[in-house]
Amino acid sequence: MHNCWVIIKRELGAYFNTPLAYVFIVIFLAMSGALTFFMGAFFERGQADLASFFSFHPWLYLFLIPAVSMRLWAEERKTGTVELLLTLPTPTWMVVIGKFLAAWAFIGIALLLTFPLWITVNYLGSPDNGVIVASYLGSLVMAGGYLAIGSCLSAVTKNQVIAFILTAVVCFLFLMSGVELVQSFFQGWAPAFVLEALASMSFLTHFNTIVRGVIDLRDVVFFGSIIGVFLYINAAVIDLTRGS
Amino acid sequence: MTTGDTMISIDGLTKDFGSLRAVDNISLDVQKGEVLGFLGPNGAGKSTTMKMVTGYLPITGGKAAVCGFDVENHPLEAKTKVGYLPEGAPLYGDMTTTGFLNFIAEIRGLSGDAKQKQVAYAIEKLQLRPVMNQPIDTLSKGFKRRVGFAQAILHDPEVLILDEPTDGLDPNQKHQVRELIKEMATDKAIIISTHILEEVEAVCTRAVIIAEGKIVFDDTPANLKNRSPNGNLDDVFRELTLVN
Repeated sequence: MHNCWVIIKRELGAYFNTPLAYVFIVIFLAMSGALTFFMGAFFERGQADLASFFSFHPWLYLFLIPAVSMRLWAEERKTGTVELLLTLPTPTWMVVIGKFLAAWAFIGIALLLTFPLWITVNYLGSPDNGVIVASYLGSLVMAGGYLAIGSCLSAVTKNQVIAFILTAVVCFLFLMSGVELVQSFFQGWAPAFVLEALASMSFLTHFNTIVRGVIDLRDVVFFGSIIGVFLYINAAVIDLTRGS
Repeated sequence: MTTGDTMISIDGLTKDFGSLRAVDNISLDVQKGEVLGFLGPNGAGKSTTMKMVTGYLPITGGKAAVCGFDVENHPLEAKTKVGYLPEGAPLYGDMTTTGFLNFIAEIRGLSGDAKQKQVAYAIEKLQLRPVMNQPIDTLSKGFKRRVGFAQAILHDPEVLILDEPTDGLDPNQKHQVRELIKEMATDKAIIISTHILEEVEAVCTRAVIIAEGKIVFDDTPANLKNRSPNGNLDDVFRELTLVN
């Protein structure tokens, strides 16, 4: 576990050593703010809650999270540092988890920095802060799901742009699997249980229940499983692509 | 050959990339105090062999062990015994020299005074003091190579595996690195790969030449030189490696 912590420290340092962290945080804050106030009609709704803020997170993450995750492994493979990393006395899975946790913590920091919105809504009215806390947790857990997919796909290639695009596409499919667009593709020929299984994989469905303030164990388990499965594949991919 | 001092034992090591046999049934034992110069044309399998011994590449056939630890069955134990400078000395460019060396020291399990002492020792030995606090990306090729070398000796390993350690260094730096290798040879087993035949004469106690994945010469550098009537190493090298 000590080594995991050492890797988290290094990775987090790497974000803040480069402009990436600052660019990401500024864009995340600006976009989430703009979407909340303009598209989400924060004031016009006249309700003391942050629903208009959180409802855009699945979409915001769709292109911001791949931007964070694309470098996780693709960059190491490109520069050859992966060889250094994997010949240090630490198991592959620990490196995978360390890198993932660092990226997740980084997203967590960006999310925490949206606290002025929470202050604003408390100043303007008396919102249900329990729902807001649940929404923040839900958003973080969903971000973890996106990140695990991104980390896994980043290990597939040396090219960060490819990693970005693959991640955005796969995340989009997971996001939309409950929606008409994807469902209609399978309707008519796929059996009902496939349709239901697909719908149950939808990030949107699981996120929306959490945002309503209901922390259902099933939703948490869902995102936890997504993270676990993709990180497991991630470690396997790294072992398969050694030296190539 | 006393088995007690055998630090690296390679037995029938083979590596296939698809249908290409990169390393073909290589067997070697390296004792404490030996500096083995690994020679061969580009693509002969030098780096591939080193990558298998350091546990980076999976082994197709045969066995490799470091200090008695099989690199496949006891990878972590074997890796703690090895200091490795990969080809091209890949480094984390966003970190400073000291930051990077601290990271490697920590992941090698050093902490507190021991860590500081070892990092200071490596900085001293490789004369990295002038660039201690500079990001690695901004360093010259020679400094980068020396940071890579410093990283390999941080934990005072029993086995050193250096893939082209003097590549990109100026003659003074080359001399200095060779002196360092000789100095460390007393209580370690060292494998260096190189293209520079004079280097083998200067630092190595044993020369191994491989061509097309097979060992074609394994003796002292003096005997290598004796094979040519006029003492020209280049001629011997060509004769040995251009068999087919």
